[in-house]
Amino acid sequence: MRIITLFTTGKNIGLFYRLRLGVARLIPHIILAGYSVLAVFPVIMILMNSFKMRKAIFGAPFAFPNTDTFSLIGYETVLSRSNFMQNFANSIIVTGVSLLFILFFGSMAAFALSEYNFRGNTLMALYLSIGIMIPIRLGTVSLLRLMVKLGLVNTLAGLILVYIAQGLPLTIFILSQFMRQVPTELKDAARIDGASEYRIYTMVLPLVRPALGAIGIFTMIPIWNDLWFPLVIAPSAKTATITLGVQQFLGQYVSDWNAVLSSLSLAMVPILVLYVLFSQQMIRSITAGAIK
Amino acid sequence: MITSAKLRAFPWHIVVFLAPAVIVYTLFMTYPLLDSLRLSFFAISPDNREYFVGLHNYFLLFTDSNYAPRFVGALKNNFVFFLVHMLVQNPIGLILAALLADGGWGRKFYRTVLFMPTVLSYVIIGFIWNLILSPLWGVTESILKVVGLGALFRPWLGLESTALVTISLISVWQFVGIPMVLFYAALIGIPEELVEAARVDGATGWQIFWRVKFPLILPTVGIVGILTFVGNFNAFDLIYTIKGALAGPNFATDIMGTLFYRTFFGQQLQLGNPTMGATIAAMMFVIILSGVLIYMFLWQRRIQTIEM
Repeated sequence: MRIITLFTTGKNIGLFYRLRLGVARLIPHIILAGYSVLAVFPVIMILMNSFKMRKAIFGAPFAFPNTDTFSLIGYETVLSRSNFMQNFANSIIVTGVSLLFILFFGSMAAFALSEYNFRGNTLMALYLSIGIMIPIRLGTVSLLRLMVKLGLVNTLAGLILVYIAQGLPLTIFILSQFMRQVPTELKDAARIDGASEYRIYTMVLPLVRPALGAIGIFTMIPIWNDLWFPLVIAPSAKTATITLGVQQFLGQYVSDWNAVLSSLSLAMVPILVLYVLFSQQMIRSITAGAIK
Repeated sequence: MITSAKLRAFPWHIVVFLAPAVIVYTLFMTYPLLDSLRLSFFAISPDNREYFVGLHNYFLLFTDSNYAPRFVGALKNNFVFFLVHMLVQNPIGLILAALLADGGWGRKFYRTVLFMPTVLSYVIIGFIWNLILSPLWGVTESILKVVGLGALFRPWLGLESTALVTISLISVWQFVGIPMVLFYAALIGIPEELVEAARVDGATGWQIFWRVKFPLILPTVGIVGILTFVGNFNAFDLIYTIKGALAGPNFATDIMGTLFYRTFFGQQLQLGNPTMGATIAAMMFVIILSGVLIYMFLWQRRIQTIEM
């Protein structure tokens, strides 16, 4: 249609048409670029101003720090007055250990559900997937009592156990779908060669590695960012995660703008660096998973 | 060949594979959830003993002057929070996804940038926007002045009439990446032939989107809807960060999550009440479950019949 119009009308209209086509191509860019600015602007404002003196933060908030306005006073306050390093280490331990167990336990259960046709298989799969839709937070009252009974309040182990339980349902659900696609011939050949079922599990695991990676990233972010369970189960200074630590620090230093901006920047940077490194993989894995 | 003896042997390996996940999940997820539902039918005496009260806690929640206004208020606010996400976040996510899925220069870059706020924590987002919108810093006001709208500036987070919608929009800003990516995945999964066929028949881009692509991504629309609905009840962190447990001004931003927290742990004048906390959690459970069931039985079934 469009091509035909182009041929039948004169040269000038063709030019006009091409111009219009150019504008039409530009509109998506304008919308996407505009929204991108909206998405990064607040983050950049915080990062930029965290390197400035208080006077410059208020006097010229939109200016980059220069030799006159540059200052690290906020970062000094944060590193000397808060438990930043301890909080950061806690977050790494909690997130890392939880993730390891989620992937380990989750892949074992997913293997059992996808590989064996035992009685109650469907029921078990259904039971394990309730947690996908029902937030674990709703059981907080009893969960806290349980933690008190087990002596796990204000311990990282308590947090880790909760996060494993929270991460398992989706992990099992997605992994068992991926494991069903591993060809049966491969496993049967190994069985004929006398491999045990445990050996076959270790054979299947590397074959679903892309799925493991994607699930890893998606279970990691909510654990790292969670405020609720650190606040409820492990609020002590020794066990506070970075999210809780920053929250409490910010509450105390509300009026110290240098410290507030610096601690926000410090809390953001590790996640942003990870995101920039893995974003392509992450988005690709969501799109791959969603197509299925 | 598998011998008959092997067939009859108890499949211990299945137990070994399932046990760790089932034990942790049961102990820390389903048991607390069920026990919490049980607790909603109990009260705790001053000497710290539980006793059965039937539906009394629910009765209190619906009628007591301490609980009922807060409960109704939180439900209403949760609904507004949900509505803002459905009407703003998901349509914007769809538009951005449609633009990204069209392909072309710079799409990878945009995708990365647009999803970025989603990976940051509520706490960081809450504080960032608290600062950006602060009249003290004046960043938003100066931007509005540049475009000639300076007079419109208000301390939106502090006003009773605007605080809830402002917080909802902050959450929209953060999470627009999720519907965007899900819609994007669905859109790029549509077979090129279908779009091509429509184009040959003379359909415009607009018609192709609404008549061909949109019906095909309806299952994703349902998933995004139910995710938005459930996520709605996890929104405690953002409001706690910006407004504290009291969800001010005058409870204008109080949602089920903050009400649950306050009731369970207590606040300035009121002591914490675990069983009433459990009752509120049970109500949230019932609401979420109804939403999920409606989605599963009405939406998904209809979609399936359409597909057939």
